[in-house]
Amino acid sequence: MPQELLQIEARKPDGDWKNPAVQFRKGFFCYGAAAKNVRYLDLPNPRDWQPFDADWKLPPDWKQILLEGMKERLQRYRSFRLFMDICVRCGACADKCHFYIGSSDPKNMPVVRAELMRSVYRRYFTLAGRIFGALAGGRELTEEVVREWFFYFYQCTECRRCSVFCPYGIDTAEITMIGRELLNLIGCNTNWVLEPAANCLRTGNHLGIQPHGFKDSLEFAAGELEEITGIRVEVPINRKGAEVLFVMPSADYFAEPHYYTLLGYMMLLHEIGLDFTFSAFASEGGNFGLFSSHDLMKRLNAKVYEEARRLGVKWILGGECGHMWRVLHQYMDTMNGPADFLEEPVSPITGTKFENARSTRMVHICEFTADLIHQGKLRLDPARNDRWTVTFHDSCNPARSMGLLEEPRYIIRNACNRFHEMPENTIREQTFCCGSGAGLGTDENLEMRLRGGFPRANAVKYVKEQHGVNLLACICAIDKATLPTLMDYWVPGVQVAGVHELLGNALVMRGEKARTTDLRGVPLAAEVANA
Amino acid sequence: MQSVYAMGAVGAVVVAAALAGQMTRGEAWMSAVAFAGFAVFLAGFCYRVARWATAPVPFRIPTTCGQQKSLPWIKSATLENPSTTGGVLGRMALEVLLFRSLFRNSQTRLDQGRLIFSEQKYLWLAALAFHWSLLIILVRHLRLLVEPVPAVLLLIERVDGFFQLGAPPLYLSDIVLACALAYLLLRRFRDPMVRYISQFSDYFALLVLIGIAASGLVMRYVTRVDVVAVKQFALGLAAFHPVRAAALGSVFAVHLALISVLAAYFPFSKLMHMGGEFLSPTRNLANNNRSKRHINPWNYPVKTHSYAEWEEEFRDKLKGADLPLEADHAARASAD
Ligand code: SF4
Ligand code: SF4
Repeated sequence: MPQELLQIEARKPDGDWKNPAVQFRKGFFCYGAAAKNVRYLDLPNPRDWQPFDADWKLPPDWKQILLEGMKERLQRYRSFRLFMDICVRCGACADKCHFYIGSSDPKNMPVVRAELMRSVYRRYFTLAGRIFGALAGGRELTEEVVREWFFYFYQCTECRRCSVFCPYGIDTAEITMIGRELLNLIGCNTNWVLEPAANCLRTGNHLGIQPHGFKDSLEFAAGELEEITGIRVEVPINRKGAEVLFVMPSADYFAEPHYYTLLGYMMLLHEIGLDFTFSAFASEGGNFGLFSSHDLMKRLNAKVYEEARRLGVKWILGGECGHMWRVLHQYMDTMNGPADFLEEPVSPITGTKFENARSTRMVHICEFTADLIHQGKLRLDPARNDRWTVTFHDSCNPARSMGLLEEPRYIIRNACNRFHEMPENTIREQTFCCGSGAGLGTDENLEMRLRGGFPRANAVKYVKEQHGVNLLACICAIDKATLPTLMDYWVPGVQVAGVHELLGNALVMRGEKARTTDLRGVPLAAEVANA
Repeated sequence: MQSVYAMGAVGAVVVAAALAGQMTRGEAWMSAVAFAGFAVFLAGFCYRVARWATAPVPFRIPTTCGQQKSLPWIKSATLENPSTTGGVLGRMALEVLLFRSLFRNSQTRLDQGRLIFSEQKYLWLAALAFHWSLLIILVRHLRLLVEPVPAVLLLIERVDGFFQLGAPPLYLSDIVLACALAYLLLRRFRDPMVRYISQFSDYFALLVLIGIAASGLVMRYVTRVDVVAVKQFALGLAAFHPVRAAALGSVFAVHLALISVLAAYFPFSKLMHMGGEFLSPTRNLANNNRSKRHINPWNYPVKTHSYAEWEEEFRDKLKGADLPLEADHAARASAD
């Protein structure tokens, strides 16, 4: 990656967006899905292909499939039909998308991204468009348009930032989700979405880790914890009759820095003595189906309730993961509910009823932990985090699809001494995406990711310069996977961590030995002295 | 190019109407055009709203703009992230009456490798000014359609014409409307980002509105149309009983024709945002997704990889790792 080449320059939009020509430049797109993954998921048109190929090997009746698919979705989703109809092109959303800011490609303005689809809708599904064609904003559906759709619908991280600013709440993420569904119908999908999805369907998690590997990972983590704290935590897996099922994103037990978050969860759950179990079957809450189609999302999500029922737990607790929570919060109950075999969640430690999870019966770990802290059930020594000056990145999905804003902040404030917010236009509901969500976080797409991540990095840079921030905390597995690259490139010297890593560092466990290192194995005292 | 076509189209309407205004029996044409425009508007508007309303909302997908309702000691954003119907009504009222989301608008600019965010309230201000003054003007026009004129209308007129400049008094709403429209049109031409996204429909709608406003102003302040005649004509239209009205003139014909064109164009265009805004699922749903079950009317079963299949596939590995097997439970149960 020739890093010094990447410069962000703002260019004025020119040309005509109706011209569909796109160029598949290296670093700007994700590779096509391998046939074996498409086949495993029973999706149409498995073949080996790449977006830069001249021939995309579309099925002969591709146009009809797309138009019929569109028609069906227009009937099924009020959101889709409405969002096709009511945009007034006021431009309020235009400069709100991190991909537009980072690339200056005018088709990355959310309104134009949606217009790519809308123009086809107008031409084929509205009276004005059928009669007046281009004058009514209509476009013929051609193979070039399909390529353009692929390029731009997979250049949207479905972060919903644009939707916050739109006077009608037009959600371009909803439109690109449907766009991707349509592309799926003719076999135009990306491998970085479908391979994790296929793995997940088969093994229960995106990484394709099989049950014994899952167990090994967790036991290894328990071993490490014993070294750090002197306490052996238990690793219950598939244990029937536990009170709570704990579901997390798979990266937490596989990748760094996620892994330290896992250590944090394990310490917490041990310390409070929660009667819980992991599951090797529901070994992932993350859901790449969200980035592909509603059907696939539902198929991957089903295991959570199935496993909760099988194990006979009372309710479910979920780890730190953005898109996982989008699915759990906005879709799970509707798709795979009702969860009437579970009980309304009550914290056995504090007695708090989680009324906001009365129906899904699934609680976010940040809600759970914030409650514990608030009720004084945890002993925390924030000084153990003193080598960090922390800022918090609101992950798009929890921020804009749930409103989970205060709970993680509350935990950080209690677990760390030094915390600084980034500028207002870049946090909470106005938070900027990491640039790699929605299945775009692969290395072949690196330049686009770095461009898309630029606004986020820029805000981190600001607090680094102002307050000496050196740690970016977040509650999303995709963030933890992709922000380190982004930081290394734009803001070297800033590390990335999960909120429960910070909690784990600060947590004073009963019977622990004198702690000499934090969860990363970095000596405590020395670092504190240096700080 | 799109703006040129739009100007051409509006120009054609203006010329045709001006000519019709001069014709004998012109008012018959005018009545016909007005009826047609109004009928298309009504039928089209209802049809479009019904199309949306009958499409299901399978998932609860509000865009949340503030803290969720969760633990009792955490203050939630009841209006920006409502969890109750009351909250939703509040949120919608803020949107519809005050354009809350548009108020958030900011400008993001790159300056020497740094991002600068600046306040950008002009679009919000112009949009709000335009819609509200249009509404007031519409309400004022009701006086042409009712006899006697209700006291509320007279009061609105009084307030609106507060600045007793000249005779007839200058209406505040007229000025505001004209300025707002001018700003919105200029913005389309001058802001490169907005010009790039603008289409025929965007220019056309604005130009028609500007034409309506301009002809109205000319009638009121320049040619001094015969208001009694207009009212006679309007009452006739409202009673579905067009009357001959002398001396209405070309400007009136243009005014009426543009209004009719706008009405007829309305249901086929982005102007439908007026009805659509109320139905937007990202704004009009409560964020109580986890506390209340939402039903998808077309939910159907999908093919999953069930636990039984999973265990079957990984049996050896599960055994090897000493993880509990469902099959053993079952076998034990049947042996008992
Ligand atoms: S803010 Fe909404 S209405 Fe305005 S251009 Fe964007 S999508 Fe269209
Ligand atoms: S959802 Fe996010 S990535 Fe997609 S268009 Fe909107 S702002 Fe851009």
